[in-house]
Amino acid sequence: MSAQALGWRGGVRSRVARRSLVVCVVLAALVLGVLVLTLSTGDFVVPLPDVAAALTGGGSRAMNFIVVSLRLPRALTAIGAGAALGVSGTIFQSITRNPLGSPDVIGFTEGASAGAVIALTIGHAGAAGTAIAAVVGGFGTAVVVYLLAFRGGVQGYRLVLVGVGVSATLLAVVRFLLTRADLDDAFSTTIWLLGSLNGAGFAQAAALGVALAIALPAGFAAARRINVLEMGDDAATALGVRPERARLLAVGVAVLLAAVATACTGPVAFVALAAPQLARRLTRASGIGVAPAAVMGALVLLVSDYVGQHLFSAELPVGACTGVVGGLYLAWLLARQWKRSG
Amino acid sequence: MANGNARLRADGLSLRYERRLVVDGLDVRIPDRSFTAIVGPNACGKSTLLRGLSRLLRPAGGSVLLDGQHLGALPAKALARRLGLLPQSPTAPDAITVADLVARGRYPHQRLLRGWSTEDERVVAEAMAATGVAELAQRPVDELSGGQRQRAWIAMVLAQQTEILLLDEPTTFLDIAHAIDVLDLCAELHEREGRTLVAVLHDINHAARYATHLIALQDGRIVAEGDPAEILTAELVEEVFGLPCRVIEDPETGLPMVVPTARRSARRRERIA
Repeated sequence: MSAQALGWRGGVRSRVARRSLVVCVVLAALVLGVLVLTLSTGDFVVPLPDVAAALTGGGSRAMNFIVVSLRLPRALTAIGAGAALGVSGTIFQSITRNPLGSPDVIGFTEGASAGAVIALTIGHAGAAGTAIAAVVGGFGTAVVVYLLAFRGGVQGYRLVLVGVGVSATLLAVVRFLLTRADLDDAFSTTIWLLGSLNGAGFAQAAALGVALAIALPAGFAAARRINVLEMGDDAATALGVRPERARLLAVGVAVLLAAVATACTGPVAFVALAAPQLARRLTRASGIGVAPAAVMGALVLLVSDYVGQHLFSAELPVGACTGVVGGLYLAWLLARQWKRSG
Repeated sequence: MANGNARLRADGLSLRYERRLVVDGLDVRIPDRSFTAIVGPNACGKSTLLRGLSRLLRPAGGSVLLDGQHLGALPAKALARRLGLLPQSPTAPDAITVADLVARGRYPHQRLLRGWSTEDERVVAEAMAATGVAELAQRPVDELSGGQRQRAWIAMVLAQQTEILLLDEPTTFLDIAHAIDVLDLCAELHEREGRTLVAVLHDINHAARYATHLIALQDGRIVAEGDPAEILTAELVEEVFGLPCRVIEDPETGLPMVVPTARRSARRRERIA
């Protein structure tokens, strides 16, 4: 028997699982490190002992205000939104069997944008109203796309094609509304459309916490089913999965996560697309990998926000950062795939 | 043999795609521990029948029974622990290794909160050993040859540990050497492990050589069934496929072998040569 076969006997599956675990632990440690860095640096530098004191409630009033009231909720929102987008992305990539899958494919982001833009330009809504309108717009679009793509079952590619069409329509709506808005509304709308953590407070962090507490266990529970679904509906049925039900559950979880993240930060580009792919390159595991995608998403968004806040003279919205970084990553990914298939 | 026990059977089974009735009022018995081959011309409903015998296609009429229970009444996972099926063209997830693919066959045996067990590990290793892909465990499925890939898929279905195994055209995209290789593997699984195999086969000679029970379909009805050594005649092939032929003894196995009658063009070429 060959060495590889003997290696199998040692438990290839557990070796893959161990690698994923190590990746998760390392990424989580990095998240923690960047979190501490975020809390201590800025216009006003807080030394690490003071950060610790503030977090445990023992710091001076000024330190407490800066660390706990200003920086902590923003950082927690970044972590929560990043994790939510990462999980949402990995589910969509599995369902559509496409590395470019993300909530965008079923028009979610454009739907949320249209909802928010309508609220901002026509309703002159505040932050809460905008968030609610975004969630309603996103969910509504997702439902419409799902139903349009439904024909005795929903196939991944049909979802993508219908999503592209509906997204294009909604984009036109968004642009039209922007041309009709007055200057102030148009300005605040454009900021919202980029995605930003500027308005992030404890309310946003808490909303994300609740959404993750519901959706993550559901995602973990559904992960095996979603993995089996990747082999095609026939094979999945033969293995005891009901494809339509599994797909609906998965899309539901993914849309919920994307909705809450978008409500809290606006549509932050590319995290849902890049985080699962980056995580996958590290774990080298097949399948959806909920936990690695979540931690990677949190890290990507936290680092992007740190870069946007501190590395440039003018503060950049986090969506601009992830857009630039994610766009380059996307170009690289596509170029590499073309080379491989060409 | 057809009168023996049949855990899997269909009574008055009708199957339809959209509006088109493909199978109408069919009674089918799959003899236990047989290697049953379903043969027939294109579009005669053989794959449809196989889909109906699993749960991929819901009957438009009649019923499919497994151990006396309606297929539709069984919980999905419970059914998947008793009846396995390899579809015609399953898709391998991106960059999946052979070991991971085979491991997915354990799905119906896994519970929500229980992780990967040593039992799962053992069954997967055995399935890979039985199909000769243990050496390939770490290779990505999309780098394998057609024959190796089909072996890996069969290992996946074996890991499901079902006594009855349905295979939808397992040799269709394979060249002759790989096709024979896969059929030898099927015969081995049938003989050594006593599993009941049902395969839709394109090639009547493959069916004649490997099957212990033959079901010949035409236009959604059974024209003949039984031991191929007994029922496979020139008249049957002519009736089912509309092909004039001779049935001779396979010099290798002594089983019946179908040789199509030479038509004029083929003869003439011979004369010119």
